[in-house]
Amino acid sequence: MKPTDISAPDYFHKVVDCQWACPAHTPVPEYIRLIAEGRYSDAYMINWKSNVFPGILGRTCDRPCEPACRRGRVEDNPVAICRLKRVAADFKDDIKHRLPKPGPKNGKRIALVGGGPASLAVARDLAPLGYHCTVFDGDPKAGGMMRSQIPKFRLPDSVIDEETDYVLNLGVEFKGGQRVDSLKQLLAENYDAIFVGSGAPRGRELDIPGRKEAAANIHIGIEWLANVSFGHVEKIGRRVIVLGGGNTAMDCCRTARRLGGESVKVVVRSGFEEMKASPWEKEDALHEDIPILNYMVPVAFKHVAGKLIGVIFQKVKAEYDAKGRRNLVPSGEPDETIPCDDVLVAVGQENAFPWIEADCGIEFDKWHMPKVDTRTFVSTNPKVFFGGDAAFGPKNIIWAVAHGHDAALSIHKMLSGEDINERPLPEVHVSSQKMGIHEWSYDNDISTDKRFKVPHRDKVIALKDIRAEVELGYDLKLALGEAERCLNCDVQTVFAAPLCIECDACVDICPMDCISFTENGEEDDLRQRLKAPSPHHDQALYVSGDLKTGRVMVKDEDVCLHCGLCAERCPTGAWDMQKYLIDMVQAGSTCQSKARSAA
Amino acid sequence: MPGLVPGIHDFLFPGQDVDGRDKPGRDVAGTAGVVMTYIAKPKFHHPGLKKNELGYTHRDYEGKISTLCAGCGHDSITASIIEACYELSIEPHRVAKISGIGCSSKTPDYFLGNSHGFNSVHGRMPSVLTGANLANRDLIYLGVSGDGDSASIGFGQFAHSIRRAVNMTYIVENNGVYGLTKGQFSATADRGSKSKKGVTNTDNAIDLVAIALQLGATFVARSFSGDKTQLVPLIAAAIRHKGASFIDVISPCIAFNNHAGSTKSFDYVREHNDAVNRLDVLVGRDPISVDYAPGTVQVVEQHDGSRLALRKLDADYDPHDRLGAMTFLQKHAAKGQIVTGLLYVDPEAEDLHTHLDTVETPLNTLDEQALCPGSAVLDKINASLR
Repeated sequence: MKPTDISAPDYFHKVVDCQWACPAHTPVPEYIRLIAEGRYSDAYMINWKSNVFPGILGRTCDRPCEPACRRGRVEDNPVAICRLKRVAADFKDDIKHRLPKPGPKNGKRIALVGGGPASLAVARDLAPLGYHCTVFDGDPKAGGMMRSQIPKFRLPDSVIDEETDYVLNLGVEFKGGQRVDSLKQLLAENYDAIFVGSGAPRGRELDIPGRKEAAANIHIGIEWLANVSFGHVEKIGRRVIVLGGGNTAMDCCRTARRLGGESVKVVVRSGFEEMKASPWEKEDALHEDIPILNYMVPVAFKHVAGKLIGVIFQKVKAEYDAKGRRNLVPSGEPDETIPCDDVLVAVGQENAFPWIEADCGIEFDKWHMPKVDTRTFVSTNPKVFFGGDAAFGPKNIIWAVAHGHDAALSIHKMLSGEDINERPLPEVHVSSQKMGIHEWSYDNDISTDKRFKVPHRDKVIALKDIRAEVELGYDLKLALGEAERCLNCDVQTVFAAPLCIECDACVDICPMDCISFTENGEEDDLRQRLKAPSPHHDQALYVSGDLKTGRVMVKDEDVCLHCGLCAERCPTGAWDMQKYLIDMVQAGSTCQSKARSAA
Repeated sequence: MPGLVPGIHDFLFPGQDVDGRDKPGRDVAGTAGVVMTYIAKPKFHHPGLKKNELGYTHRDYEGKISTLCAGCGHDSITASIIEACYELSIEPHRVAKISGIGCSSKTPDYFLGNSHGFNSVHGRMPSVLTGANLANRDLIYLGVSGDGDSASIGFGQFAHSIRRAVNMTYIVENNGVYGLTKGQFSATADRGSKSKKGVTNTDNAIDLVAIALQLGATFVARSFSGDKTQLVPLIAAAIRHKGASFIDVISPCIAFNNHAGSTKSFDYVREHNDAVNRLDVLVGRDPISVDYAPGTVQVVEQHDGSRLALRKLDADYDPHDRLGAMTFLQKHAAKGQIVTGLLYVDPEAEDLHTHLDTVETPLNTLDEQALCPGSAVLDKINASLR
């Protein structure tokens, strides 16, 4: 293998698994260290810069970081990254003075369609640069689906108000209650750019016999959740069936439990394991006495005189074809009827752009989705950009924020007369953490604590009040314990081959057997010859140049604890622990037109 | 100075923790004014680590974290001992590790945290080991010493334990300097080699391997701390050898003897290393690996059934020829070469217990009747001597 080029910004970025997995590339270990130090406001600001909604995401994020967390490969569970984010939000001081000030206007006007996370992220990036941002939303308050679809017992209004206000107070104009009905009309208002962050607002229908007849008691999940959110719906029947296995279904069933649903069941077509809902959301539903029945396909709504009385399900089983694809086939068991008073249909969301006229220059693909560039987020109309669920279908908040940053950068470049396809490189800082022979500027001791549970409100009380937040969040003691579990993967092991005398000290001390000195070879061959098995080929091998004996140093990054013992035991300083910080480029980053290489 | 205070230490009751800590977190070790903090070696290990027949990983054979200087060759020897014991599936409590004084003699604290240990007086490891061995022949005896401990103050002790054929593995961690007293030449430093300050050594060197051969050691090897592929099988074979096994391991002292002009530096040893053979230890009925070219492998079967597969690197070298080995060593030493590998082995070796015809049962498990057979027996013995 060729010597690893550690100056490529991506190399060490990938080693920070959580940050690499995060769509917004939030510097996770950096803010977790700040939490451990008690610097909650600093931790919050790092998050705010990167993901705009730390308090909201700390409660609701889909957490792509956690399955990626190195700790999950070392022991049973990853670090509770998401809930630590909430700790930063819960315990910070007043940070208003640290937010950007609305700058002098540059005379450029941006229209943002939809007041959800994508649009607000764009506005957050552009408003301080002097752009006049106008956000349009059909709802009276900003937040989009964060406000309308996520139940208050998971995300209180106060948190949404606070974090949407941070954005709107940058001098962003918010036009609540003004749904955009015509893109053509908006284009005619001569905005310099338009960003569409209108989400995926339509709940998918379930067109099976009885749907029309029993319509009074069959509700589309996201619409029903929005109605609950805005206080239009306050009750539901005693027996409720929720159809669907995603996170919306989990929100529906738990909300139903609080509105009079005594017997609430979730019924899914697939197996329990394959459900789209996040494992922790399933857990929370089960904890609230909501059974999840699997391998049952709804075939008809049963009704008497316009009144829903139950749902008929066909039982299926999973069969796998030669290519390993799963098919659900009837199991042969008799159909089952589950009696109920109400049904909530949460079988998916769809995009809908009835307000985009055919002659607006926006081309759509065969799935009726706008053609959007995946890097610049520009549509086929060079002035119109898309982001969030509106761009590529339903995902989650953190993706919307990431899209927003990229779209904002494109808009800023376009309006600065630059080529939006030239994306500046991120800025990378690498600095040694060595303070003394056995002293590092980070806590390199490895905690063996298991993942700490987040305290929950007593179930009886929680189920009585739809606005009572179920998760109470970590207290400071738990937060510190959980923060200590972080392995500081951003403090990188950096190897200087010319200094190495091949004494084996690092090999001998490494608790994870990550380091080998061996003859070079092709990657597959090298992986066979390392000191410990190397099962994760997506994890890089760090290969040095040739050493004096003709061998190379090979480090499998896979389960490195970043404890720094290799560097402590290295007599020549060939190993060093260096903190790697990457500043993702956002609109208005300094030197953005100058392509920066890594340090 | 953290670590062991020189003196007599009793390791009969190893701590609960492999790393010797009763609380998680940092230890503060140090003397007045100087505080050094160490983190404990994390308990996590690679999830895919292989286990031996006993279900242990090599991490289970570790001791406390080393307090030797960073990069010390001794730490690699420690790692090699750990690896050899792991590969042989040795139960740690069946090992007695005994040492004298010096950097080398601190190392038993860093491996086999769950075995018996005795840190004896300077140079007195061999007599303590001999005594322990006579009292309990069931344990595996690992004598760990250094060039100062064995070639100077304990030279006589070393000689007598070898000539008595005590069943042991005697490892000398040989760096040619007194590291603990800031790098004076030791008795194994080669004549003409230079100290870190540039002083030339005018005394002749003691070659412990040559002495061991002359005194009748039945397993003699030399190796290098920087070459574990050679060292680990040698230690394993020595442990399985019944009789006096001696291994001289050249172990560069990073702090005082790893400079140009030293003959025990990493660079010098790598440049002048003349390995006569490579060893694989085969325990049980493992078939001998077939990827050796015919005629290049010599298989030696030891008393306990273990087999040593020796890949010859020097076609003329015969590890059964004591006299030849001694000549070979002298010739190569004169050329400035360091001969390494398994230099001599007598697979039919006997040990001190055989020579003395001692009882097979360890003394601590003999009952009172056997230990104190009564005055009638004593009278009989006395009568036989009249």
